[in-house]
Amino acid sequence: MVHTSLDVVDEKISAMGKALVDQRELYLGLLYPTEDYKVYGYVTNSKVKFVMVVDSSNPALRDNEIRSMFRKLHNSYTDVMCNPFYNPGDRIQSRAFDSMVTSMMIQVC
Amino acid sequence: MDAPEEPLPPVIYTMENKPIVTCAGDQNLFTSIYPTLSQQLPREPMEWRRSYGRAPKMIHLESNFVQFKEELLPKEGNKALLTFPFLHIYWTECCDTEVYKATVKDDLTKWQNVLKAHSSVDWLIVVVENDAKKKNKTNILPRTSIVDKIRNDFCNKQSDRCVVLTDPLKDSSRTQESWNTFLTKLRTLLLMSFTKNLGKFEDDMRTLREKRTEPGWSFCEYFMVQEELAFVFEMLQQFEDALVQYDELDALFSQYVVNFGAGDGANWLTFFCQPVKSWNGLILRKPIDMEKRELIQRQEATLLDLRSYLFARQCTLLLFLQRPWEVAQRALELLHSCVQELKLLEVSVPPGALDCWVFLSCLEVLQRIEGCCDRAQMDSNIAHTVGLWSYATEKLKALGYLCGLVSEKGPDSEDLNRTVDLLAGLGAERPETANTAQSPYKKLKEALSSVEAFEKHYLDLSHATIEMYTSIGRIRSAKFVGKDLAEFYMRKKSPQKAESYLQGALKNYLAEGWALPITHTQKQLAECQKHLGQIENYLQTSSLLAGDHHLTEEERTYFCQEILNFASQHTDSPGHKVVLPMHSFAHLRDLRFTPANAVVHVGGILSVEITVCSQMPIPVRVEQITISVHFSVEKNSYRKTAEWLTKHKTSNGIISFPAETLPFPASQNSLPALELYEMFERSPSDNSLNTTGIICKNVHMLLRRQESGAALDSPSGVALEDGPHVLQCGDVTLAPGANTVTFRTQAKEPGTYTLRQLCASAGPVCFVLPHLYPLAQYDVYSQEPQLHVEPLADSLLAGIPQKVKFTVTTGHYTVKNGDSLQLSNVEAMPVLCHAENRAVIYSNAREKASEASLRVQSSDKVTSISLPAVPAYHVIEFELEVLSLPSAPATAGESSALGVTEAQRKHKDTPKAGHCMATTDHKVSIECPWSIYSTVIALTFSMPFRTTHALLSSGTRKYIQVCVQNLSDLDFRLSDSALADVGGSADLQLRPLNLESQQHICSRQSVFFVWELTWTREPPPPLHARFSVGFRPASQERLTVSLKPYTYEFQVENFFTLYNVRAEILPPAGMELCRTGALCALEVAITRLSDLLEVDRDEALTESDEHFSTKLMYEVVDNSSNWAVCGKSSGVISMPVVPQATHRVHMEVMPLFAGYLPLPDIRLFKYLPHHSAHSSQLDADSWIENDSLSVDKHVDDQLDSSSIKSRGSVHSAASSEHKGLPMPRLQALPPGQVFNSSAGMQILVIPSKDDHVLEVSVT
Repeated sequence: MVHTSLDVVDEKISAMGKALVDQRELYLGLLYPTEDYKVYGYVTNSKVKFVMVVDSSNPALRDNEIRSMFRKLHNSYTDVMCNPFYNPGDRIQSRAFDSMVTSMMIQVC
Repeated sequence: MDAPEEPLPPVIYTMENKPIVTCAGDQNLFTSIYPTLSQQLPREPMEWRRSYGRAPKMIHLESNFVQFKEELLPKEGNKALLTFPFLHIYWTECCDTEVYKATVKDDLTKWQNVLKAHSSVDWLIVVVENDAKKKNKTNILPRTSIVDKIRNDFCNKQSDRCVVLTDPLKDSSRTQESWNTFLTKLRTLLLMSFTKNLGKFEDDMRTLREKRTEPGWSFCEYFMVQEELAFVFEMLQQFEDALVQYDELDALFSQYVVNFGAGDGANWLTFFCQPVKSWNGLILRKPIDMEKRELIQRQEATLLDLRSYLFARQCTLLLFLQRPWEVAQRALELLHSCVQELKLLEVSVPPGALDCWVFLSCLEVLQRIEGCCDRAQMDSNIAHTVGLWSYATEKLKALGYLCGLVSEKGPDSEDLNRTVDLLAGLGAERPETANTAQSPYKKLKEALSSVEAFEKHYLDLSHATIEMYTSIGRIRSAKFVGKDLAEFYMRKKSPQKAESYLQGALKNYLAEGWALPITHTQKQLAECQKHLGQIENYLQTSSLLAGDHHLTEEERTYFCQEILNFASQHTDSPGHKVVLPMHSFAHLRDLRFTPANAVVHVGGILSVEITVCSQMPIPVRVEQITISVHFSVEKNSYRKTAEWLTKHKTSNGIISFPAETLPFPASQNSLPALELYEMFERSPSDNSLNTTGIICKNVHMLLRRQESGAALDSPSGVALEDGPHVLQCGDVTLAPGANTVTFRTQAKEPGTYTLRQLCASAGPVCFVLPHLYPLAQYDVYSQEPQLHVEPLADSLLAGIPQKVKFTVTTGHYTVKNGDSLQLSNVEAMPVLCHAENRAVIYSNAREKASEASLRVQSSDKVTSISLPAVPAYHVIEFELEVLSLPSAPATAGESSALGVTEAQRKHKDTPKAGHCMATTDHKVSIECPWSIYSTVIALTFSMPFRTTHALLSSGTRKYIQVCVQNLSDLDFRLSDSALADVGGSADLQLRPLNLESQQHICSRQSVFFVWELTWTREPPPPLHARFSVGFRPASQERLTVSLKPYTYEFQVENFFTLYNVRAEILPPAGMELCRTGALCALEVAITRLSDLLEVDRDEALTESDEHFSTKLMYEVVDNSSNWAVCGKSSGVISMPVVPQATHRVHMEVMPLFAGYLPLPDIRLFKYLPHHSAHSSQLDADSWIENDSLSVDKHVDDQLDSSSIKSRGSVHSAASSEHKGLPMPRLQALPPGQVFNSSAGMQILVIPSKDDHVLEVSVT
């Protein structure tokens, strides 16, 4: 499902690429609603894509919450990337990143 | 005009609704005006300023003019806005005061009262003036009077509520003007009314909404109220605003549902929670679905009804707004949220009912959109609708599974019952769609009716969806639908159709590296392939799955077992082999060669140890693991020598393979890392930097087409290589995780072996790793036995024992016990045998293997060294001491006097060549047991010393000086120096003047020895002497061997003094001392000391009477420029050969410097006249003068003034050059024959008194 939603990500990015490049909104919004889940997307300036799948029956998750979650995720991801011992492309094994994601999950559920 | 007859219930068809304006008064008049009015009113837009800061809008007003009736006025509490009369107009044509007073006024008053009773303030009185009428009547009051009256009577403060319309039916400018005024007024008033009434309505509505927390509040009631507002907006063609009303309602409802889910339930909501009984989908064809509206009004609507109605309204409005794509988008959202809401509210829904509803709704929406768009628009907006398509497909699939339409057997009775129930819930087809062939209702009904029909519909839908996804570039989504389709085909037992979809999806996932989808798809594919009987593919997929960590242990075990079962079943058919790629089965982690440098000699044992990580969940017994090896003979034979190999391979023998060759090479993972290098380009002229950059060395790897890389993964790429060279290891059980397998091989042919393929076979199944990368190879070499002999030190010194290292490289030869090296002895270089010699044996890899003792046996001719038994490809090293005897006849020293002079000359000419040692070569031939030819080895020894001798005279006494110069780096101790006359004449005695018997000679230093030579017979015979000195290295106190002394032979002749030369400088007459610049007298006395001797008998000797005389030439030379010789500096004298005969020469010299100056040199030559009768003495003299001058200059160049010998020899050489010319020759007297008794004398010269510069010209 995440995979499929990448279609939409691509579509949105290419649509946006023509628009303002510098003031681009990183948050892509709802990508791919299905009956049970909602897929949200976020793409960084370096075209790193984050995709989040949430249970669509969870009413607490509005656009704004998702947006802030993505922002947090992005910050944490940036920290991981700044680690000189991290090889881009490897699996992320940062404890800080993990705990951040976990805390986000807990907060939501 | 007939609408007002039956105001309730209004048939509300939106476009036909217009705001109501009532008309009272003169109906006939109005009727006459109406056509113009209704035509003119909407013609011009009017700006509508709105309350609450909403943006003003230009609207075109239209009105529905109805006759005024009291019933039309809304009663208190009636919220119906649609039927609300927004403006009341009273029309009158009255121009007569009488009439006015009689009827119109009353009528007006009545009308006004009615309005007041209903608190309606939106009214207008129109007075139509007609010129024609006026003219008929003569008693006309002023025109204005009626209007004024009316204004007075009714419009207390609002005079603008009365309008005059002049000649409405005429076409004059005045008419036009009055129309305009009227219309403007009318519009303004209408809008005012709207603003006021709608504002009031909205306020009421808001109040109602605020009450929603009260228990009795009903959403449905509120819904109707707000919808009324929406209707009005719609009526005013303000669809945007109308839509807002519905959206508000939508949001409100959604919020309630969400709150309900959170436990905050409103009472009215429970009503919506009743079980769903009907699921007939959205109805979008009618602008307003009155059925549903009524249900809502009656508060009987279900959630689906409400949602359907709401959406239908929204849809209608959106279509009005020309936004069909929003419809599609909202529809999808709606459908999703409805499903969620039903779940949230825990509404009981029969299984499949929702699917039906969603399916129908999707199709309905799609068809509705299609209905209002043309083909091109549809095609360009697939992105919006495709979601609905795929949703419909999904739902139909779900229905199919639910109703048993997908299984192979067809639906059973239970399925049929369920189908019937579902169809019942659809109700009857609606009349609007009954005639269309493709209505969603019909489709669904048909699809559910039979297996075939379902298949047809489902396939249609799926293909359409896939096509759409593909056309808009959402390949991934298309693959996803394709996977569903594949699943469907699998259920239908037609795996061949499913396979292509699965492969397509798998390829896509593989290309992007999505592990979980890959696993899932592969699982499906495996099943598919199993059904298809594609054994090879199935096994391959199974192996991939068995090694897939995303699967559970059981599943992996299952797939692994599948492979093993196959392997065990098909053992009987040997010809067929199933070749599978290795990477799924196991991963080669590293490879280790022993010996570590991966070099073995022929016949040597090489073991290759590989570490294989098995990815199977259970231990797998593999019958055989083989590595096929590519053999190549290398041209460069040097590469295979042990030295080269040991030098150049420094690795530890472990080759590690890249960590994980993923079974799903994500595009970026499979790429090799960039290899970047700096690049600088400098300009050739001034070396300045021209260009700099980064070069990527593996561009060809990075930029190659992706397909070719992917092709490697396909099974066809794996071919089993059958080479003649194979490493094998049988019967291995590979446990999960790391396993170590060791291959052993005996090297056979020399060459390079490259490991190519790794293959693990179990029965007919082979797992093949087609390429080993990085390259692993080992070398096999063969080597001829060799013997090397080299000195241990830089150079060998003669005379003392020196160590020589013997290195025997056995190569392929095995040294047996008793094999020995036979050294042919050279007399001058004996091999010193010690009691014990040890040989060290190394393996070819320079590892010390053992040590053995060595027996060295010397006989007369040969020295035999018996080697210890050593296997092939080893190295034996041992050292032997050899001694080069210094007294080897050919080389020991220069024996002739000429030789001495030559050596000395050489030494003097090239003083820097002092380090050159005399060398001796000894050739030793060695017979090796492995060869019939003997090896000849040349050893070069250097003499550590160089010796020179000199003859010193003091008057007639003679001394011999021997100088020993140490040229080596060692210090030596000299002892027992001796000089012996080997000439054997008893007339000569040598008396040593050396005191110490032992002397130390340091490196690069000299030691001098002196003997006095005495003789008993005059003249003494020539001396043939041998100098010998014992020596040994100073560092070694005791030597095991007795060393031969160092000897040096030389010969001295004619050392007997014949002439004594005495020079004296006398100060000028009358002066005590010499002064610079003043001429002094140089007196030279040459005295003959002996009688006529043998040596005098030569050409110079002349005999007259009984006297013999010889001709001598003297020469005064001052090389240090202390003296200026005035007059002739040389001359020829005739010397009588008589003892004590003296010849005096007087010359004038002038000192040039002050101080103690040495006397000028006086040189004496033997003058050999040319055999010519005509040569006179004078002539000869002049000749000589010239000659001597030239000689003088020549000598000056040589920078040596003291060597008479050298001079003479040069001179003789020069004269020999003049051979054949009629000129006299000069011959040097041997060194011993002339004694210069004034040598070393000095004379004091004082500076002259006058300071003027002295200019002296020397002729």
